[in-house]
Amino acid sequence: VAVADGAQAAARSAILEALGLPALILGASYLGFGSLVRENGLPIWVGVASTAFAWALPGQVVMVELLGTGASVAAVLLAVLLTNARLLPMAVTLVPHLRRPASSSWHYYLAANFIAVTSWANAMRAVPLLPRDHRLTWFFTFAGTLWAVTLAGTVAGYLLSAVLPRPVALALVFLNPIYFMMVLAGDLRRRGKLAAVVLGAVLGPLLHRWNPDWGLLATGVLAGSLAFLVDRPAHG
Amino acid sequence: MGEAASPWVALAATAAATYVWRAAGARLGGRLSTASPVFRWMECVSYALLAGLVARMLLLPAGPLAAVALPVRLAATVAAAAAFLASGRRVLVGAGVGVATLALLSLVQ
Repeated sequence: VAVADGAQAAARSAILEALGLPALILGASYLGFGSLVRENGLPIWVGVASTAFAWALPGQVVMVELLGTGASVAAVLLAVLLTNARLLPMAVTLVPHLRRPASSSWHYYLAANFIAVTSWANAMRAVPLLPRDHRLTWFFTFAGTLWAVTLAGTVAGYLLSAVLPRPVALALVFLNPIYFMMVLAGDLRRRGKLAAVVLGAVLGPLLHRWNPDWGLLATGVLAGSLAFLVDRPAHG
Repeated sequence: MGEAASPWVALAATAAATYVWRAAGARLGGRLSTASPVFRWMECVSYALLAGLVARMLLLPAGPLAAVALPVRLAATVAAAAAFLASGRRVLVGAGVGVATLALLSLVQ
C-alpha cells in the first residue's frame, strides 16, 4: 500500500510539474510546428506522426524544412541524425538514475524514447530526489503528459494556421526559429558553444545558397568542427 | 542530388535517426563519460546545425515567411531577443514579443 501511495504521489507531482511552464513553452512551440507543417504543404498526419514517433523538436523542424525545399531522403536522414546526436549524452546521463532492480531492460529503452531537452532537464533535477521505486513512474508520467500536450499543439497549430488571419498565421511559423534562437542563446557560457552558434548562423544561409540539399549538413559539420577546435582545452 | 523525399519515407528515416541515439544512450548509460571529446564534438555540431537552420529560416525563409519583408523579420527577431534578455531570459516573454511584433509589422507592411 505504501508503495502504491508513493507511486501515485510521484505521478501526481509529475503531472503538476509538467502542466506548468514546460507545457506552456512546449505547447506554444508545437503550435508553431503544426503551422510549419501546413505551410510547407505537408499533410497533418506527417506532423502528428513526427511528434508521436520522432519527438524532439529540432530534428522535426529540420525534417519539415528540408522536405519543404525538396531535399532527398539521404539529406534529411543525415541532417536529422546530426541534429539529434545530442540525445545520446542525455540518455547516457539520465538512464542510470531511472534504474531500479525489479525492472526489465525494455522499460529503459521505452523511457529513452521520451528523452528530449525539456523532459531531460526536469528529470535530471527531480528524479534523483525520489526513491528508486518511483523514478520510472515519475518520468513516464512527466514525459507522457508533455508528449500529449505537444501532440495537441501540433494538431491545433495545423488547424489554426488555416483559419487565423494571415499575419497571425505567419507569426506562428515564426515561433520555431525564435524559440530555438532563445534556447541557443540561453546556454553560451562555453567558448565552443558560442563559436558553434556564431559560425553556424553565418555559414547556414551561405551554404544553403550553395546547395539547399546538403548546405545544412555541411554547416553543422564545418562550423561544429571549427568550434570544437576552439573549444579544446589548452594543454598546460 | 537524388529525388525529393516522400514524406512518409523521410518520416520513417527521421524516427530511426532520432531513436537510435536514445537507444544507444540507454545501452551505454553510466558506462561512458559525457565529458569525452567525441561528445563535445557532437554537441558543437548539433549547436552549429541548429544555429544554421535558425539563421536560414529567418534570412532565407523557404515557406510563407518569404512573403514577409526582410526588415520586418529582422525587427521581430531583434525585439524577441531584446525582450528575452530584458525579462531575465524568459522564453515565453521573448516568444510573445517576437510573434506580436511580426504580426503587427506584417499587418502594416
